[in-house]
Amino acid sequence: MPTVGVKRDFLFKALGRTYTDEEFDELCFEFGLELDEITSEREIISKEQGDSKASEASDVILYKIDVPANRYDLLCLEGLVRGLQVFKNKLEAPRYRRLSPDSGESQRLIITKETAAVRPHAVAAVLRNITFTQERYDSFIELQEKLHQNICRKRSLVAIGTHDLDTISGPFTYTAKAPGDICFRPLNQTKEYTATQLMSLYKTDSHLRHYLPIIEDKPVYPVIYDSNGIVLSMPPIINGDHSKISLKTKNVFIECTATDLTKAKIVLDMIVTMFSEYCAQPFTVEQAEVVYPDGKTCIYPELAYRKEKLSGEFINKKVGIRESTERIAQLLTRMCLLSQPTGVGDEIEVEIPPTRPDVIHACDIMEDAAIAYGFNNITRTTPRTYTVANQFPLNKLTELLRQDLAAAGFTEALNFALCSQEDIADKLGKKISETRAIHISNPKTAEFQVARTTLLPGLLKTIAANRKMPLPLKLFEISDVVLKDESKDVGARNSRRFCAIYYNKTPGFEVIHGLLDRTMQLLEVKAARGEGYHIQAADDSTFFPGRCAEIFVRGTSVGRLGVLHPDVIGRFELTMPCSALEMDLEPFLGHTAEILLTHDVPMQETFKHPFPALSQSQPALPSRLPSTKTVLGDLSSHAGLKALNDFLADRSYIEGFTVSQADAAVFDAIPSPPSQAFCHLRRWYSHIKSFHTERARFPSARSQFVLPPTPPASPNNNSEDDIDLFGSDDDEESSEAARIREQRLSEYAAKKSKKPALVAKSSILLDVKPWDDETDMAKMEECVRSVAMEGLLWGQSKLVPVGYGIKKLQIGCVVEDDKVGTDLLEEAITGFEEYVQSVDVAAFNKI
Amino acid sequence: MADTGVVETLLQRIEKVDGGADSQEVAASLGVDHQVIVGAVKSLQTLGDVISAELRSSKHWELTEEGTEIAEQGSHEARVFNSIPLEGLPQAELMKLSFGKIGFSKAMSNKWIRVDKSHDGGPRIFRTVESIHDQVREKLLLAKRGDAARLDEKEKNELKKRKLLAEVTVKSYWITKGNSFSTTVTKQETERTRRPFKPYNFEAMGVAPDCGHLHPLMKVRTQFRQIFLEMGFSEMPTNNFIESSFWNFDSLFQPQQHPARDQHDTFFLSDPSLAHHFPMDYLERVKKVHSEGGYGSQGYKYDWKMEEAQKNILRTHTTAVSARMLYKLAQQEKFTPVKYFSIDRVFRNETLDATHLAEFHQIEGVVADYGLTLGDLMGVLHQFFTKLGITKLRFKPAYNPYTEPSMEVFSYHEGLKKWVEVGNSGVFRPEMLLPMGLPEDVSVIAWGLSLERPTMIKYGINNIRELVGHKVNLQMVYDSPICRLDS
Repeated sequence: MPTVGVKRDFLFKALGRTYTDEEFDELCFEFGLELDEITSEREIISKEQGDSKASEASDVILYKIDVPANRYDLLCLEGLVRGLQVFKNKLEAPRYRRLSPDSGESQRLIITKETAAVRPHAVAAVLRNITFTQERYDSFIELQEKLHQNICRKRSLVAIGTHDLDTISGPFTYTAKAPGDICFRPLNQTKEYTATQLMSLYKTDSHLRHYLPIIEDKPVYPVIYDSNGIVLSMPPIINGDHSKISLKTKNVFIECTATDLTKAKIVLDMIVTMFSEYCAQPFTVEQAEVVYPDGKTCIYPELAYRKEKLSGEFINKKVGIRESTERIAQLLTRMCLLSQPTGVGDEIEVEIPPTRPDVIHACDIMEDAAIAYGFNNITRTTPRTYTVANQFPLNKLTELLRQDLAAAGFTEALNFALCSQEDIADKLGKKISETRAIHISNPKTAEFQVARTTLLPGLLKTIAANRKMPLPLKLFEISDVVLKDESKDVGARNSRRFCAIYYNKTPGFEVIHGLLDRTMQLLEVKAARGEGYHIQAADDSTFFPGRCAEIFVRGTSVGRLGVLHPDVIGRFELTMPCSALEMDLEPFLGHTAEILLTHDVPMQETFKHPFPALSQSQPALPSRLPSTKTVLGDLSSHAGLKALNDFLADRSYIEGFTVSQADAAVFDAIPSPPSQAFCHLRRWYSHIKSFHTERARFPSARSQFVLPPTPPASPNNNSEDDIDLFGSDDDEESSEAARIREQRLSEYAAKKSKKPALVAKSSILLDVKPWDDETDMAKMEECVRSVAMEGLLWGQSKLVPVGYGIKKLQIGCVVEDDKVGTDLLEEAITGFEEYVQSVDVAAFNKI
Repeated sequence: MADTGVVETLLQRIEKVDGGADSQEVAASLGVDHQVIVGAVKSLQTLGDVISAELRSSKHWELTEEGTEIAEQGSHEARVFNSIPLEGLPQAELMKLSFGKIGFSKAMSNKWIRVDKSHDGGPRIFRTVESIHDQVREKLLLAKRGDAARLDEKEKNELKKRKLLAEVTVKSYWITKGNSFSTTVTKQETERTRRPFKPYNFEAMGVAPDCGHLHPLMKVRTQFRQIFLEMGFSEMPTNNFIESSFWNFDSLFQPQQHPARDQHDTFFLSDPSLAHHFPMDYLERVKKVHSEGGYGSQGYKYDWKMEEAQKNILRTHTTAVSARMLYKLAQQEKFTPVKYFSIDRVFRNETLDATHLAEFHQIEGVVADYGLTLGDLMGVLHQFFTKLGITKLRFKPAYNPYTEPSMEVFSYHEGLKKWVEVGNSGVFRPEMLLPMGLPEDVSVIAWGLSLERPTMIKYGINNIRELVGHKVNLQMVYDSPICRLDS
């Protein structure tokens, strides 16, 4: 969040009144700012460099104000004051205007094609007859710096150069040259340097060196010349000294070069809107022409005002207030969004000024209305969302087990998931290549090289840090480690582990073994080979030879326990023997391990939603209201119409007491005028029909509506929504529109009749086992996928090792219950006798 | 109970002396350990006013082991000097002696000896003076006789520095006769046989039970889980620390040049560096809303790059999982309202200090339903924080790339007498929800806070390293009380 420093007294003078610190803090809070610190230059210097240096600094009170990261219009005193004054209703937001120069000849900036290789975009503008004072000048420089640090992403996206126009003469050329061919006197230097020399000169400059990497490796550097060959700037590094601005500067030429044109336009708009206030003709900006290599010419600054229309009801519904359309328009106007009711229903026209590029959606407008209303004036309500809570099975198991492990006398530790390579490899007597660890590319210290693959080092380090505690030390941790796993979309997965450690004068293998027995008792696994658990000797370089055993549960290895190798103990700076246990917990989830409860998402969308998009050309179907769908059923059928008739028996409209889009939507869904039998429906139908095209102006029902930037020119390319509130200017429905509507309705009816109300589907996970390790699994999968039935859709698959090099194919599918049975599936798959030995259903879930 | 013999001997002693006796002296003269006498004193004190004992402490200087050796055999440097015959000694030989190394350098600085490096057969050491005066030994002998007072402070400190002399604090009792003094304890003993129990010292602590302990941060986590479950929120599966930039940022409508996606803020992976599987239909819609807009949005209008979305990272927030869950929800044939929560680790490549670590636990709550309002969000937050014992709340407008409106939650801190930030909240942007396929009139409200901060406040911990990680103080873990957030 950027912080803006302003002089308090200067701020109050501009605001036209004084505030106490508390009052001003309160005002900031309401507006979404934060008065971060009250300080002075002297205080800052004395804090950073000591009292002695500070004695000469000014002790004028400074306010440090935190500004939201997307509000570039509040990054300087001028903008802050303007925003607050408008918010407090003391000022009307100014209107920024672009003028052509009196002479009729605009300044021109010509971009050559060489720039494409390094920094292809540029925009420019002129501030004419500006009056600087020291304060204004400082603020002007400071705003450029703030913009550079924020939206310009440290000058990498956009770099700003400001020049005294009277020292240079256009047209200007923006080109790119080899570093050795650029030579000029840079800002605040006494002699000329080539660009190559400059790059080495600024290597040690605490401020500028951060920008060097942006162009350092490029074959050519960007540079701007005037018509006499004077260098204006070498963006994004430094301006020329020749054209530098001073307090006496009257006319300012502003250029922004960029790799991102959208941002360059925003930056230029910001600078000129903020500082045109000080021009002889306030809030006017002189335009400049930018000529592109292809000969195209653009006029800048854009200073575009955009208009949006939305309904008052939309804002009321989203915020949870009940305000009149007029009042909402007033609220928005206080946020510099000049608004007025259009007089059509509750429609409001909102004008988004060039200072508010953060407003990109109706929800941004809605937020501003809520801020102006006052967040803390909104009534707090409780949503009636009814849900039943479920725990994540793995966390539930973890929670329960932790309690009982503490009861077993072990104390819980909590260690970092990130650690050094050494911790998980060398120190444990392992090689890093064996660990399946993920590696971090940009760690600041060795502590963050990898994610842990075992919990053991963390526990050993905890003991090392607590050697002064009385013995024995008994610790445990249940937490996630991270392992590489090709089968996951990101190539890695977490694994929930349980690790325990016993540190005492004697190794205490029996203690750790006892804890294993207790854990298995808690997990309801009996001590037995086969169906239960057992341990058997194993070799592991972390453990003392002959003192390590592998834990098997139902025949599968889940972890190890044993006495740690003395070298391992020594490497963790411990002196006493130590025994430990570490095992996976996920095998104990049992039947709670439902496939649906994971963060894995479907990679292919089985259910197609209607996704409206701006450029969608073919007409879309009316978006249905959930209420009508559920309450009334299919309106093309007799039953559906009957239900609607009954529904309307004691109602005038579909929703509430006034006509709304809900009525229009239901009306559109009825294919033909209803028969005499449905008297209530007929009454309503004729009533709605009588509205003709006014239907488009019905208040919305439950949806939000914002106009696309350009209203559709003809009904042919009507945009995504049939419920087109403000788009159509037609006075009556043209025959073409009627034809299209009829066509849509019939298409809709056809689609509707094909689609059953609700199709019961299931997601099935099948285990397909081959005959032996020589079976061609790719071929087998091909065979399985060749099984095609109506209502069957194959999903993802993977090969899971079974043992002795044999792998089974695990494949998912979605079936429609009525059409495909598991028996049918199994039969079809086992048909490929050449490959398939057997098929089992691993999981079966209703969706 | 002290040996009755010692008790009686002690009483007899005290009877004989006027004024009183020092427990140290008594121990010395009886030839028993001082602790035995201390035991006897304590046991007599329980019998009533037989004796009165006053705790005293005195300091005196004592020779260390090395000091004693020097007092007996002379200082290292003197021994070096003495071991050098007139014809000199090879340096190598001298160094073999136990005192050689230390003594040599001291003797050199005292200019008692010299080294002839050019001598045949290696460096040889010769005396430079006829005789020497071993002051160190004399001072130590003085101290040994108990006359340390005759040494001045500087000398004592010098010897202390060389670890030859140590200052010892001796605690002893000054024992005098009490009001009901008697040399025998028989009377009390008969009384005790009649009254079988000695009175308990109820001031003392009991014996600590042998048990394990849960970690305080995890205790607080359990409580937060409990609160969410009480409110009907289902737990999200957050067991995926590695996330693609797509789910962590792009799906949340966070632009690709956003500062949070910088190397300075996020841990990127070198292995596995890229994610390879995405729901491509959805990804295309995300790409479009970023670069061109749509769904009523202007978009960010920049060149969206697949390579940037593929980059694997350590997730910077659990909202990445919320995005996955909401996308899954949107893939249901029919939307059903949900309430989700999660508490799990997130990772930031930040500058570390007393309250910031590279990893911390994020608490997150999400509600998705038709027609939720900003007022609903505030209402849910009010209920949530009331369960934490926080009732005074207010909301500040804020900015977050994926929520609009966004609100910072402040609560009034009675101790600090000011409003402090306790969490962040907002309504997810349509640009995030609509590409997923959620119905247009569904709103999703969400909020988040860290688990560590409330825990540090609750348990009065100032440095986060004392709470999380291996540098934890186990005593703190042992001593931490149960966690009731609302009290």
